Amino acid sequence: MIQKKYAIQIDDLTVAYNYKPVLWDIDLLIPEGVLMAVVGPNGAGKSTLIKAILGIIKPIAGSVKIFGKPYKKQVNKVAYVPQKGSVDWDFPTTSLDVVMMGTYGSLGWIKRPGSKEKKQALEALEKVGMLEFKNRQISQLSGGQQQRIFLARALVQNASIYLMDEPFQGVDATTEKAIINILKELRKAGKTLVVVHHDLQTVPEYFDWVTFLNVKGIASGQVKEIFNDNNLTKTYGINYKVAINK
Amino acid sequence: MDLIDFFTNYTLRTITLGTAILGAICGMLGSFAVLRKQSLLGDAISHASLPGIALAFIITGVKDPNLILLGALISGLIGTFWIKGITKRTRLKSDTALGLILSLFFGLGILLLTFIQKMPNANQAGLDKYLFGQAATLVEQDVLIMASVTGVSLIVLLLFWKEFKLLLFDPDYTKTLGFNTRFLDILITFFIVLAIVLGLQTVGVILMSAMLLAPAAAARQWTNNLSTMIVLASIFGALSGIFGTAISATQNNLSTGPVIVLIAASFVLISFAFSPSRGLIFREMRFRRNRKELHLKKTLTFMYRIAQNHDNISHPHAIRILNNFQGFTKKSLLKLENQELISLSGKQWALTKKGYEEAASINKKLGKSDD
Repeated sequence: MIQKKYAIQIDDLTVAYNYKPVLWDIDLLIPEGVLMAVVGPNGAGKSTLIKAILGIIKPIAGSVKIFGKPYKKQVNKVAYVPQKGSVDWDFPTTSLDVVMMGTYGSLGWIKRPGSKEKKQALEALEKVGMLEFKNRQISQLSGGQQQRIFLARALVQNASIYLMDEPFQGVDATTEKAIINILKELRKAGKTLVVVHHDLQTVPEYFDWVTFLNVKGIASGQVKEIFNDNNLTKTYGINYKVAINK
Repeated sequence: MDLIDFFTNYTLRTITLGTAILGAICGMLGSFAVLRKQSLLGDAISHASLPGIALAFIITGVKDPNLILLGALISGLIGTFWIKGITKRTRLKSDTALGLILSLFFGLGILLLTFIQKMPNANQAGLDKYLFGQAATLVEQDVLIMASVTGVSLIVLLLFWKEFKLLLFDPDYTKTLGFNTRFLDILITFFIVLAIVLGLQTVGVILMSAMLLAPAAAARQWTNNLSTMIVLASIFGALSGIFGTAISATQNNLSTGPVIVLIAASFVLISFAFSPSRGLIFREMRFRRNRKELHLKKTLTFMYRIAQNHDNISHPHAIRILNNFQGFTKKSLLKLENQELISLSGKQWALTKKGYEEAASINKKLGKSDD
């Protein structure tokens, strides 16, 4: 275990909001360079897992290591794409401004973004096909466009690990294709991607690694090895028939 | 008192300056409260400061405004952190926590005030002026304190502008970037509490939250840019202070605090009605114009479909055959004729060449946006 390099190593992670544990004793090793789906039913703790990795939620027990160190020391190596419903899109600002926020972490306290940061933000906007909307008020963006803006903001961070909370939620087929192409490109560049995903049909097509989660960790590994009826049934509780034997 | 007095009267100048500065800092910090959806926090804080006012007097036995404001500050801060603690540690939602702390502290404050009134030196207290405010008691020193607090909060705002903006928009993301959101939260909250406490003497416990919210709510209507919004809110706040003081000074027996709040509220009303992009009036006008235009376009394309059945695009048709079509009225036909898109003669209509081309291009455009 020590020889191999893991992007994220989670040991005995337990999280509870009130009395009921949301995550129970999770052990998870995420190798570097995988494009991983986190699947599980509603309330399985998928978003919580992401938030616990990022230190947004404090766990009751357990530890999370990013490339062998705690998150706080690796802030600049991790980028986060929250659920788009987590913010108020009527906030008075523009697309470009939101994407620029991705540079704030590397700038650190007080220092303001300059022309270099603006250039990075414009490049990210172009990558997600949103350059023409750079001065658009964010309240006037469609759901798919908002999702692209969040993706661009994470791209600007130029991180090694990308944690994404349902990036395909409520986007149309075109946007979904565009986003998955960018994710695959990132993996090719050696990045590690952890994506909370709901559409089981597309798991084999989009991802090479998968984690089944339902409060406890059910299974984690290569899609072609462990994405089967057995694990799906264990995770979702019912006999889940998905055409995966291709 | 007339206008000339107003500009030459030293006391009045002091009061006006004070209320203007108060309005400006409230507008500035109120923008943060509004954008964080913590509008009611201000109300709870100001009510929570009342027991502090009373206790400061009971403990020290003197009516020193600075000591009293210090008491208000401490008690306001305690209330604020209780609210935050309740929301964080229990399953109660923030509105419940706000309501609870507001009434608890305010009740305690009123209780203490009545207790003070029964004390031997009761009549000298006059602490109830903090309930509704009494701008007339503002002196130069108060204004100086207000100005320096405004200056400091402006510097802090400019220094942490980037971090504040990030926190306002997406607090979780701010945390993941490695910023200490707790520190930022405490910083913003502290200055909001400070602004409220500064306003107690002028506007009073009960109306103070309006000073915080009204200028910000009005400013939001006019701009989609955060910095412009904060500047505008400060200006609206300052103007409310100036006009409010002027109006209450020229009329006898009008207390300043409520007048200032009413002026601020009228800024909100005007903004909600007349702002070009978000205002109700212009939105309704745009909506109607769009509907009318759509009506005409729909009628024109309907005629186009009929005209396409004939070799001659300007083949005349009876108006009667439009009867099945809901969108058409005599008025819309006349309008189309005015635009030279159709020609009317008797009970017949015909597309003109211009109308035919227009309809074709409408169809093409709509078809394009469909896919």
